[in-house]
Parts: sequence; C-alpha cells; structure tokens
Amino acid sequence: MNPENYLYLATILFVIGAVGVLVRRNAIVVFMCIELMLNASNLAFVSFARLNGNIDGQVVAFFVMVVAAAEVVIGLAIIVTIFRTRRSASVDDPNLLKL
Amino acid sequence: MSAATAVRWSEGGSQVISEASGMFGLTWLLIALPLFGAIVLLVGGRRTNSFGPVLATLLVGFSFVLGLVLFFQMLGQPGEERAFNQSLFEWAPIGDFSVDVGFQLDPLSMAFVLLVTFVGGLVHIYSLGYMADDPDKRRFFAYLNLFVASMLLLVLASSYVLVYVGWEGVGLVSYLLIGFWNAKPAYATAAKKAFVMNRVGDIGMSLAIMLMVTTFGTTAFSGVFAGAPEASSGALLALGLLLLLAATGKSAQLPLQAWLGDAMAGPTPVSALIHAATMVTAGVYLIVRSNPIYNLSDGAQLAVVLVGVLTLLFGAFVGTAKDDIKKALAASTMSQIGYMILAAGLGPAGYAFAIVHLLTHGFFKAGLFLGAGSVMHGMDDEVDMRRYGALRKAMPITFITFGAGYLAIIGIPPFSGFFSKDKIIEAALADNIWVGIAAILGAGITAFYMSRVMFLTFFGQKRWADETHPHESPRSMTVPMILLAIGSVVLGAVLVIGGRFVSWLEPVVGPEEEHDFAIPVLAITAIIVAVSLVGVALAYVMYLRRPVLVEAPTGSVLTRAARQDFFQDAFNESLFMRPGQYLTRFLVFFDNRVIDGFVNGSAAAIGGGSARLRRWQTGFVRSYALSMLAGAVLVVGVLVLVRL
Repeated sequence: MNPENYLYLATILFVIGAVGVLVRRNAIVVFMCIELMLNASNLAFVSFARLNGNIDGQVVAFFVMVVAAAEVVIGLAIIVTIFRTRRSASVDDPNLLKL
Repeated sequence: MSAATAVRWSEGGSQVISEASGMFGLTWLLIALPLFGAIVLLVGGRRTNSFGPVLATLLVGFSFVLGLVLFFQMLGQPGEERAFNQSLFEWAPIGDFSVDVGFQLDPLSMAFVLLVTFVGGLVHIYSLGYMADDPDKRRFFAYLNLFVASMLLLVLASSYVLVYVGWEGVGLVSYLLIGFWNAKPAYATAAKKAFVMNRVGDIGMSLAIMLMVTTFGTTAFSGVFAGAPEASSGALLALGLLLLLAATGKSAQLPLQAWLGDAMAGPTPVSALIHAATMVTAGVYLIVRSNPIYNLSDGAQLAVVLVGVLTLLFGAFVGTAKDDIKKALAASTMSQIGYMILAAGLGPAGYAFAIVHLLTHGFFKAGLFLGAGSVMHGMDDEVDMRRYGALRKAMPITFITFGAGYLAIIGIPPFSGFFSKDKIIEAALADNIWVGIAAILGAGITAFYMSRVMFLTFFGQKRWADETHPHESPRSMTVPMILLAIGSVVLGAVLVIGGRFVSWLEPVVGPEEEHDFAIPVLAITAIIVAVSLVGVALAYVMYLRRPVLVEAPTGSVLTRAARQDFFQDAFNESLFMRPGQYLTRFLVFFDNRVIDGFVNGSAAAIGGGSARLRRWQTGFVRSYALSMLAGAVLVVGVLVLVRL
C-alpha cells in the first residue's frame, strides 16, 4: 500500500482534531480533540520513519506519547478543579482574567 | 616661620605669607566667638532671653580684644612679614581642584577686623538701650552676632569661595534684619528687594569664581594673584567686571543702588552697622583685595571709576531731596561709598585712601546713624526732618556727637573725613581732571545736604507736635555715640598724617604713586574746603534763614525727581520687572499648553490605543486557540514558501 496514504490519514485526523478544539465547548471533548491531533502527528512521524527507512520518527513518536500522558494528567486535573468550582465544563466560562 | 612663601604680585604689593603660629593661630577664634553667640541665641530660644543680648555683646567685645592683641602682635613684625595664613581643613577636594577653609590675616583684613569688631561692639551696646523694649530682642542680637561672624569670614577668607560664603552670610543677615519688623508688609518688601538686588550682584561673584576655576584652576588668593599676570587680557577684564558687578550689588552702587534707601526699614542700629559702616563697604574690600587683577586691566579700572563717580553724584543729589533722616543718610552712604569705589578704581594711587575713607566713614557714618536713632528714640520714632527742629537743647549729647560726624563727613579740617576725602579727590584729579571735578562737586553737594540734615534737625524753630517730649537717650546709647564721635574727630589725622596707613597697607596693595600737580596741593585742599563751605552756606540760607515748612513744598522738577530717587524703581520696574513677569507668564503658558500638551497628549494616545488593543483579549479560550492555529499555519506556510 502507498505509504503516502498514511500521511493523508494523519492530515485528516489532525484537521478533525483542530476543528474540534476550535468549535466544541465541552472541555473533555476539546481535550479528546487535542489527543487526536497528537496522535495524528504521531502517525505522521511513524510514516516518515517508514518512508525514510530510519527510526528517528519512531523515537519522536515515543516522546510525544510521554508528553501526551503528562499533559493528560495535568489537563484533567485542571478540568476537574474548574468543574468543581464552577459546576461547568464549558471552556467559554472561565474568562475571569479578562478585564 | 615655617613654610613661608614670598608672594610678589605684578605692580601690586609683595608680602611674605607664613603659616599662622603663636597668637596668630587664634585667627579662627575671631569668627568663632560671634558665631558661637549666634548659635547659642538661635538654638537656645527663649531660655536665653535674659542673658542672650549681654552674652552676644560680650562675645563681640572678646573678638575685638583678640583683634587688638593680634594687631599689636602684627605691629611687632616687619612690614612685609605681616601676612599669616591659617588653613583649617580641606573643604571640597575634587580631583586636582580643592577648596580649603583657610584664613588670611594681613594688614588689609586686620583693618577690617578692627573696624567690624569695634563698630560692631559699639552697635551691640547701643542696641541694648535702643531695643530694650522690643519683645524680639534676643533674635535681633542673634542676627547681629551672625552678621559680625559672616563679615569677619568675608574679610578673613583666603580664597574667593570662602569670601563668597561670608558674602552670602552678610546678605542673608541684611535681609533678616531689614525685615526684622516684618509685620509691616512694606518692611518685608524692602527686605526682599534688598535680597533680590543683592542676588543680581552675587551672580557676578559666582561667575567670577567659575572663571577663576577655569582660568587659574584655583580660587585661593595666592594662586589667583600669582596666575594673573599670565592670564589673557580678556579674562582679566571679565574678572574685573564680574567682581565689580558683585561690588555694585553689595555696596549699593549704580546700577544696583535701589535697595539701600528701602533698607532703612530695619532698626537703626542695623542701618548704622550693616548699611553704613561695614557690609555695604564689602564691595570696596573686594576690589581692593583683587588689586592684582585690576592693576592689569585698564578697562576694568575705568569701569570701576565710572561706577564710583556716577554713584557719588547720584547719591549726593538724592540726599538733597530726602526728608526722611535715615533715607538722607542712606543716600549719603551711597555717595560716600561712591568715593571709595572711585578711589579703588584709581589703582595703586587710590587703594589705601579707599580703605582710609572706608574706615573713617565707618566711624562717622555709624555715629551719624546712631545719632539719628537717638533722635528717633526721643521723638517717638518720627523720621521726617521737617517735624524736628531745635533739638540741640533737648539732646545735647546727641547734638555734639552728630555734629562731630557732620563736620567729619563734609570734610572740615581737622576732622577725619577731611583727610580721607581730600586724598581721594587729589588722586582723582591726578588721574583725570573731570573725575576730580566731579568728586569736588560731590563734596560740595555733600556739605549742602548734610548741613540741611543738621539744620533741619538741631537748629531753627521747633516743629514737632506738643505731645512729643524729646529727651536725651540712656547711657548705653550715648556712650557708643561718644566713642564714635571721638573716632570721627581723630581717626583721619591718626591714619593719614605721616602716611601711616599707606605704609601699613603697602605690602598688600603696593606703594602709593606720587602725582604731580600744576598747582600746589595746599591750593587744591583749599578749593575743596571752599566748595564744601559754599555748600554749607547755601544750606544755611535755604534752611536756617528761611522758615522751614512742615509739609514739604512741591519743589522743582529736579527736586521731585530726586525725591523719587530719579525714578530708579520705575526704571527697574519697566526695564526688568515687567519684562521678567511677561517672560515668566509666557513660560508658564508655554509649559501648560505646549509641554504639558505634548506629555498629556502622548499619554492619552497610548491610553486610548491600549483600550482598543484590550478588546482583542476576549477571554474565550477557543479564540486564543484559533489565533495560535492561525499563527502556526502562517509559520508553516512561510516555511513551505521559503523552501520552495
């Protein structure tokens, strides 16, 4: 199968994730869309590793996974805290820093 | 005699300045004693009310005694070795340049020390009586002490910067004492006027000091005078003119003369000490002290002579029209200092006589002022001479002492003014015939207006109100007057006959120049005395033979102009005050509108801009995400395009 198809798939997944981040209000869904974007980039990295015949891309993919895991922990913690204080998980509500 | 340095100044005197040792090491004490008194009285406050005035008087007395002791010690030294330098500490070291606090005691400053402490001491004693009932007596004596200290600092300083300190000190005290009764707005205004006009002169002094620093790299007398011969003529002329400006301010000479008449608002002892005998003569001291500079600049000397001649005539004419006894005496002071300045401008021919006249004038004018104060004391503070008359019976001691001062100032031999003024006029005649004639004319007018004062006050009909009871003043006031009168009688002869003072001052200002006359000197003297007698006769006809009106007649145009001091205030007002006010008003307008407009405008622009920028911060996370995405796309897009 043509390896470029993987890149097309990765692009589609990334765009879906980005649009999701921009249009959805629910913090959990926004979060899932970010994960989608991260995994789309992972897929792109792995595809490039395959295309170029070396393992650089695979190494970076591992790094991304580690970063993603850390980000999930912190992000979820923030979301849960906001939800506790404001009884809402909408990303439009916490705008208190605006003057 | 350690570390003695021989100083020879071009055309000037030559003296060996040695480190002060023995008794001369106490020079600083001359200043410290009255300064201590001033501090005690000012800091001690009301607690010193009881003993303060007496303490102040005693301290000045001690200073005088110390001065006398130093004087006799100095007499024991050979002529050229009578200068002593005492360096107390380094005041302001700045790189290579440094200002030391040091004193120079030489024949010139010695003469001033004796004058200031003696007349100052007498005025202190007089004030004990004159100010006896004043609630603020302590403050008055504190200022007097501060004055004596500042004046001594002025004449003892060994560098121009330190002279400047004393110069400002006496100016400050003059301001404080003119406005001593500052509850009256007119008196407070007079004090401010004196201070402001003095500041104008002080600018000359400070500019001269700056010029010295750039030209000679020092402000010490020794350094400046040693460097003067090598300096450019332009620098010397500028120095001479700037120092002259300083002198005109302090000594009430044209064009800065307008403050002295109003300065008579101060208590009369102040007029006697500060505005007649000592402070106003500081300008003469400055010029004589700077003789190595003036000797090298003919232009500066010419300016000094011109200022002197114009002021001596100006003061004399003003004196003829004043009915206020103190203002008449103030005009006379101005005129007499004009004589001194004139003499100082004549170079080595005149320096010594300028100082002789300064000393004799210090005695007779202080005596005249104290006499005027005594008259006012007995006449319920009336100052209008047209309301005096026939006071010689009521105040015999005042009459006799005032009379001695009067005969001295109009130059009747053998009174002291005769010797000093006669010598100045001779020197002026030798220098320039017109200057000499102006000086003789001035002597005639002096005789006229002083006779007018004398006749209006002590002779003729009584013109005072019936409820006034003129009486002789208490002993504390008459004794200083008697002592000053004795000085007015004998001092001139003591100083001038045999050239005593000339040779005393020779190490500082150089030998006197001999001058030749077409006619014998005795004839000149006779002419001067004759002119003075004409003035007396004129005053006799006008103010003794004819009855004197209590209300001043309108008088001729000239009389009215002289009564108004030849419109000096209107002149200053229209030429300096009004344009100055317009300038400041314009500057305020410029500051408010243009500068503030620019500053406020830029602040408003930034504020408004930020208010608009703030709208971008919506607070919605998703819009931030969009801008991040747009940015990322932009960066990637640019990268892709560049790669292509």
